[in-house]
Amino acid sequence: MAIIDPRHAAKQLIYERIFRAATLGAAILVLLILGGVAVSLLRGAWPAVSHFGFSFVAREIWNPVTDEYGALAPIYGTVVTSAIAMLLAVPAGFGIALFLTELCPPLLKRPIGVAVELLAAVPSIIFGIWGLFVLAPVLQRHVQPWLIAHLGHIPYVGGLFKGPPFGIGVLTAGVVLAIMVLPFIAATMRDVFDTVPPMLKESGYGLGATTWEVMWNVVVPHSRVGIVGGIMLGLGRALGETMAVTFVIGNAHRISSSLLAPGTTISSAIANEFTEAVGDLYTSSLIALGLLLFLITFTVIAAAQAMLRRLERRGAAGL
Amino acid sequence: MNRRLFRKIKNGLFLLLSLIATMIGLACLAAILWTLVSHGIAGMSGHLFTQMTPPPGSQGGLLNAIYGSGVMTLLGILIGSPIGVLAGTYLAEYGRTSRLSTVIRFINDVLLSAPSIIIGLFVYEIVVVRMGHFSAIAGALALAILAIPVTLRTTEDMLNLVPIGMKDSSAALGAYPWRTTLSVLYPAARSGIVTGLLLAIARISGETAPLLFTALNNQFWSTHLNAPMANLPVVIFQFALSPYKDWQDLAWAGALIITVTILVLSISARVILAMLQAERGSGR
Repeated sequence: MAIIDPRHAAKQLIYERIFRAATLGAAILVLLILGGVAVSLLRGAWPAVSHFGFSFVAREIWNPVTDEYGALAPIYGTVVTSAIAMLLAVPAGFGIALFLTELCPPLLKRPIGVAVELLAAVPSIIFGIWGLFVLAPVLQRHVQPWLIAHLGHIPYVGGLFKGPPFGIGVLTAGVVLAIMVLPFIAATMRDVFDTVPPMLKESGYGLGATTWEVMWNVVVPHSRVGIVGGIMLGLGRALGETMAVTFVIGNAHRISSSLLAPGTTISSAIANEFTEAVGDLYTSSLIALGLLLFLITFTVIAAAQAMLRRLERRGAAGL
Repeated sequence: MNRRLFRKIKNGLFLLLSLIATMIGLACLAAILWTLVSHGIAGMSGHLFTQMTPPPGSQGGLLNAIYGSGVMTLLGILIGSPIGVLAGTYLAEYGRTSRLSTVIRFINDVLLSAPSIIIGLFVYEIVVVRMGHFSAIAGALALAILAIPVTLRTTEDMLNLVPIGMKDSSAALGAYPWRTTLSVLYPAARSGIVTGLLLAIARISGETAPLLFTALNNQFWSTHLNAPMANLPVVIFQFALSPYKDWQDLAWAGALIITVTILVLSISARVILAMLQAERGSGR
């Protein structure tokens, strides 16, 4: 046998080209998918966009009978539920991350970390069915009456807690979303806190600072970018979350000043109405909602990724 | 002195709050699992795995839905994971630092957390509208698109963990990169790549939103990939929101099946990863 067989080498080269082309093709397919999503949503939304113009995003009306659609109510619902979710989940996620990095006995660190990650693995529909049958009744019976009685009369804020306690509604959707994004925020923050060099923390302790002071004055400033990135990642999830919200928000296309009233979000409107939508303008309006959601979440997630990447680069280069 | 006490109290207070936050998080997980088990067991019966989804008021099971979920998840993984693995190979082996790779990595991470309902709309537009009807294959495609980012990410990470010496040894023997990848890198990173597959299966088997406008649902036994197919998530969605007690029981049973499946998959993935790390730690 010759050491270099030209036919063998040529064959190898052909295989190499094929394999390389296959991997490159697969990689480019990822780009094409995102491009395809954008193009197909634009095309599907075009009839509604050209018919309503920019007033689509500014009108509250949603009437399949008269074929008039506006996205203001779903946009409002999406923003408000996500805001509630962030308000609850960011401090709680920060607390869990703090507990896991500073307080937790080493033996429990892994199990608790895994438990938090498992909460992230529970599918959205499970949160929905749990929210509807377990959480909503609890809120209706115990939390909402208290809110109405104690906060309902305060000027300015009171309007948010008026009306009968339905159980389901914008507030409940926000709470379910908070539980859903909590593990993402907690896990990202924990990972970010872990990138803080121990030397920095020890310098803080050496100066006599308490655990909290080291956390707030050393760890948080050092990992600021990552914390914001983690929060944005959670926000991206909350904005696009569909099934859990669809179960508990009540699906009413109107903007109500009270958080206890039913509402709708972009994604839950699509999930609820898409298969029943008759007429091109109706379907197209729902796809236009999808386009809006795509633009919003894409911006938020891209910003989050950019921040987390910056942190990663700094971590890799600096220490 | 006063100041010191204040600082100590403040410290204790915040640490206590962080403990409470952790307890709340764990309590949520426990509450969800407890509800699923207690309601789900009530819905469990021998018919669950032998009968079709029933009309309201009569006895039935979830056989067609379980079958449909299994088929579509399997197809989704079969279509999606090779693409993810190949693309991950490109990023790790061929285009490590190229500009294209940076963009692809970024886009992939965006896709990883993009709302799945958008993917559902996309597949509806390109498949369902063209074909003129809902179908299992459209559902499988939507799931495949969701599986790609997960497998891509883990494949790249796992290939990067393979010691560079192994690659160099293979190259020194005169092997082309494709041969090195297939015969050295893939076997070395095998358990890591399998972990990625498990995570991808866990991710897509509970997805509901993308199936709503692609596979839809089917009350009857159907094995046609070209027709609407029943699946657990959509059945849970419809049955849970129905006013019928027996439908709701079936929804809970389905929810328990899905959650147990997903938790088992996620935990196995973690166990494999932990074993991998232990091996690496003791090995060198």
